[in-house]
Amino acid sequence: MKYLFYPGCSLHGTSSAYLDSLLAIQGKLGLEFTEVEDWNCCGANEYIALHRIPSYALIARNLALAEQQKNGANTLVAACSACYVNLARTAKYMGTDRELNTRVNDALAAGDMHYTPGSVEVRHILDLMCNKLGACKVKKLVERPLAGLRVAPYYGCMVLRPDPDKRWRDPESPTALEELILATGAELIDFPLRTHCCSGHMPQINTETSLDLIHRLVEGAVQSGADLLITTCPLCQLNIDGYQDEMNKLFGTSHKMPILFFTQLLGLAFGLSPKSVGIGKEITSAASALERIGVKAEPEPAAPRRPPRDQSLPMPHMPKPYGDDL
Amino acid sequence: MASGSPVPQEKVGKASPPPRTPPSQAAVLEFFRAISPGLPQIEFCIQCGSCGGSCPAAALLDHTPRRLFALIRAGEMEDVLQSNTPWYCVSCYFCMVRCPQEIHITDLMYGLKTLAYQRGYTKNNKATHLSKVFAGYIERYGRSFELGIAARHYLRHPPSNLVGTAKMGSAMFFKGRLHLRPERINGLTQLQKILERARELETAL
Amino acid sequence: MTSSNSTDGNVRVGVYVCHCGSNIAGVVNVFEVAKWAQENLVEQGVVVAKENKFMCSSLGQKLIEEDIQKENLDRVVVAACSPHLHETTFRGAVSRAGLNPYLCEMASIREQVSWVTSDQTAATEKAKAMVAGAVARVRQHVPLESIRVPINSSTLVVGGGIAGIQASLEIANSGFHVYLLEREPSIGGHMAQFDKTFPTLDCAACILTPRMSEAGMHSNIELLTWSEVENVEGYLGNYTVTVRKKARYVDTSLCTGCGICQQKCPKNVIDDQFEVGLGYRKAIYTPFEQAVPRFPVLDKDNCIFFEKGTCRACEKFCAPGAIKLEDQDEIITLNVGNVILATGYDMFDARRIPRYGYGKLANVFTSLEFERMCNAAGPTNGAIVLRDGRTPAKSVGIIHCVGSRDHKFNAYCSAICCMQSLKFAHLVKERTGADVYNFYIDMRTAAKDYDEFYQKVLEEGTNLIRGKVAEVIDGGLFDEKAGQLIIQVEDTLIGKQRRIPVDMVILAIGLEPKQDAANVAHQFGISRGANGWFTEKHPKLDPVATMTDGIFIAGCAAGPKDIPASVSQGSAAAARVVSYIQQKELSLEPVRAYIDAEQCSGCRICNGLCPFHAISFDELKMVSEVHQALCQGCGTCVAACPAGAVTGSGFTNQQVLAQIEGLLSVPIHADVLQAVAA
Repeated sequence: MKYLFYPGCSLHGTSSAYLDSLLAIQGKLGLEFTEVEDWNCCGANEYIALHRIPSYALIARNLALAEQQKNGANTLVAACSACYVNLARTAKYMGTDRELNTRVNDALAAGDMHYTPGSVEVRHILDLMCNKLGACKVKKLVERPLAGLRVAPYYGCMVLRPDPDKRWRDPESPTALEELILATGAELIDFPLRTHCCSGHMPQINTETSLDLIHRLVEGAVQSGADLLITTCPLCQLNIDGYQDEMNKLFGTSHKMPILFFTQLLGLAFGLSPKSVGIGKEITSAASALERIGVKAEPEPAAPRRPPRDQSLPMPHMPKPYGDDL
Repeated sequence: MASGSPVPQEKVGKASPPPRTPPSQAAVLEFFRAISPGLPQIEFCIQCGSCGGSCPAAALLDHTPRRLFALIRAGEMEDVLQSNTPWYCVSCYFCMVRCPQEIHITDLMYGLKTLAYQRGYTKNNKATHLSKVFAGYIERYGRSFELGIAARHYLRHPPSNLVGTAKMGSAMFFKGRLHLRPERINGLTQLQKILERARELETAL
Repeated sequence: MTSSNSTDGNVRVGVYVCHCGSNIAGVVNVFEVAKWAQENLVEQGVVVAKENKFMCSSLGQKLIEEDIQKENLDRVVVAACSPHLHETTFRGAVSRAGLNPYLCEMASIREQVSWVTSDQTAATEKAKAMVAGAVARVRQHVPLESIRVPINSSTLVVGGGIAGIQASLEIANSGFHVYLLEREPSIGGHMAQFDKTFPTLDCAACILTPRMSEAGMHSNIELLTWSEVENVEGYLGNYTVTVRKKARYVDTSLCTGCGICQQKCPKNVIDDQFEVGLGYRKAIYTPFEQAVPRFPVLDKDNCIFFEKGTCRACEKFCAPGAIKLEDQDEIITLNVGNVILATGYDMFDARRIPRYGYGKLANVFTSLEFERMCNAAGPTNGAIVLRDGRTPAKSVGIIHCVGSRDHKFNAYCSAICCMQSLKFAHLVKERTGADVYNFYIDMRTAAKDYDEFYQKVLEEGTNLIRGKVAEVIDGGLFDEKAGQLIIQVEDTLIGKQRRIPVDMVILAIGLEPKQDAANVAHQFGISRGANGWFTEKHPKLDPVATMTDGIFIAGCAAGPKDIPASVSQGSAAAARVVSYIQQKELSLEPVRAYIDAEQCSGCRICNGLCPFHAISFDELKMVSEVHQALCQGCGTCVAACPAGAVTGSGFTNQQVLAQIEGLLSVPIHADVLQAVAA
């Protein structure tokens, strides 16, 4: 399948490992990404803080480019969560808010451009992989099962929320990364903070608050027994990866919790070399965690016999969130 | 009263605030529609506090989002525009998906930021400075430029742990995650024309 | 009787325009409308047109009656409110003057005119058109006679909760026979699961069980527990209900209810029903000690005998030999005159809000689970302890509005949770002295002695925090000690986010329509509102009746209610039923559909469309037929019939077309057109 691809500034810079790994696995998955030519920055959460209409126009120029260049591919895929939300929100609001649509197109016209709401479908790469391809297809491609590696999913915010096109059943109880982790054969760690905030651009505004939020996530991942975290968002990766040293200093801890892009993990499971999927670009090294790959997990110790006078109350039944075939 | 006294400064004036009719509900709605796309649903706020409870930056806020909405309804615009709340919004969207009345809270925060910025309420604000530096690169190159943004921002607002930040920066650089020069798009003139026209339309709003 | 039966030619119509105080006259120029009708509708037969301040008053009605006599009127048009309100009133007036009541027609110039515009010119013009339409229509009216049906004196009450028990007792005490049907093995409903009842704190079992045994022993009440309704046919006074009595595997004519089978049964099963998953029962069980009837049921899905073919422990120990392992479901047919649906509610599923941690965090409980925990007969014998079954809770957070007042789940208020949560706060304080935090959005304590209870809870030192809880997190994950729960909330009264550590969280889950409510509504031919609750005939003035005659609703089936309100509704529904029974025979509104057998092609399109199952197919004549007593005159079949073979009496094509022509005969005023264009 052919898709238009919007990499965004991070994938060209701080998150090149994301781009490397995505391009390395696209062929295996049967996806063909064509980068939107001459795309511009989506403005992240900064441009929209200062200007309304210019910010939507800035984003809409990318939508207009995609409409021009789509050439049969109707879907515009973004990998960065913030880029995705900006593109999807703008496309959605231009379709529902006529006033906004008129102004934005008026601005685009100054550059001889136009965007027709609805002409391009915006999706996040995770949504595409889980809701279109399906984790079962991913599972079939696994050549090196990651048995023994304890992986915790970390979504962060914007891939799930606000979910303008209702891609997810419940933005607070996602299953997509979980399904992919299971598909790679790794051990899925239940990480209760998987949808919590990494603090976004807060390191530049209030470092202590930011480190507090990062500390919660890292501490939580450690408590949950994870070897590493995987994510979908460049900023989440950067904050947890890059600021972990500072966080350790502030809180007097010595955690080394690596965080990779989920596409890197898939690449490893598909049998690709660590280098080709950008392993090594992380600041909190994943090397020792990845040593576990290939090591057979030890058999689970038998559950201790229930003490005869156990008074504990049964837990509520919980429905199984994933299919049996993973 | 002498300055430096531990006793609160005496205020001269009336015992209670002067009688003032609050803005009409219609005027409030009009205001919210103007600063945010779509239908922000703000008229349905029941002041439950789901937003303030969910906010990861809550400890920093002078008003929770809930209270901002109450202030706007009460016509206390001065308080609203001076508030740091929108500027600490990290766009996690928790408030928006948890709001039982489905109010577009995050969108409204963007709207309040632009309003405060455009009316000149954000002169000495770290978050605004970051946004301005970021916006500057977009307007000059069409793409963001991490090294430049960090350098310019930290020049004005140095990080609390300068050594740590520098160490992280150099590690990023050696791992090939920071470029020394910004990328520039081909259609920069076109983008600038679009943004210029958009700014004209903004004032017309 | 005067010349009331002529349908054309020299009809004599009287037109009466109501001011309705200023409701109509404030917008519509009623004098002009009356004058206009008098002058312009002469050819249509109008001989007199008058206005009056309140047509529905006795003076107004008298005016019509006198005119009918004096002017020899044979048709009447009243331009006033909606026929929903006063059609019966004016039909009565017409009837008293000796005319057939169906020769009266109303034009709704209040709901459809004066209440929907403030433009006086446009309103007056539209009122004229409405009057002209009504006059044209009433000319086509023919006298209709109401249908009379006998009333069977037996009643079926579906649902054996407190509302159903109350209704059954009231009817039975009036001397009439009642079938009380219950899906579970025992009557008692949710109330039997509760510990104390607010605001008086009497024990639920103490006040409920006397009622249960009274119902169980009443000579006029036949209990059908462990039974479900399969099919419903018939109409007011004559319903035929098919019931499935599920196999109990216990011969109730022999069983003494001694309980030895339960003692000896080796299979422990988590009790999802009565103990809401918090306790255990056996594979053969009565849900609780005071169950009525006292006979157990055998749960086939969990029984070792049904799984492996051996065991039979219950059978071996049963002295009277009442265990009947070859028991089968039984289908029985009941003939009843009326039905009361007291089918109750389900609780909101707390798993739908993952951020509150229910099902993942061990010490998050639902309100119903907590009722069981508090109950001395419950799984912890009344001890308020954590999930480990032994550690007492030192601090408890109670979260209100879980699943209620939230557009993502249920937008409505579940009405009982505030009081229930305050009750929990009191019980926790009283029994453990733990710190209690109640998290509420608005405190709703609006009934007798409820706010006094709130005051009492305040006095006991409960911490009340106004704010909808954002999330419940496992404290062990970062900064607190493992096992402790952290409730994160904005305290909206101080405008700050707070994170409060507690040992136990109770989620005050809301009430929802029963998951099979749609099916029940379809079976009994009644409707449900947007939220899924059964719809009353009138929310204020007829809250226990439905749009289907002879089907009544009581208790939470119609919406969330506390115990006093459910009991009142049970009594009210019973009173309505008894008043029908005592009339022995009832007359039905004659607005009905008729199928002209000559024109019917036998296509059967109408058969499936009829919401009241009133149309059947005559295989011999190959035509469809309407059952007159079942038909409610809704008109669906009339519109659907491709051959035009169905006629709605009172709504014939002729009548409706005449009304349209009448409406269009009044030229639209230029000012009005201009106003509309603008």
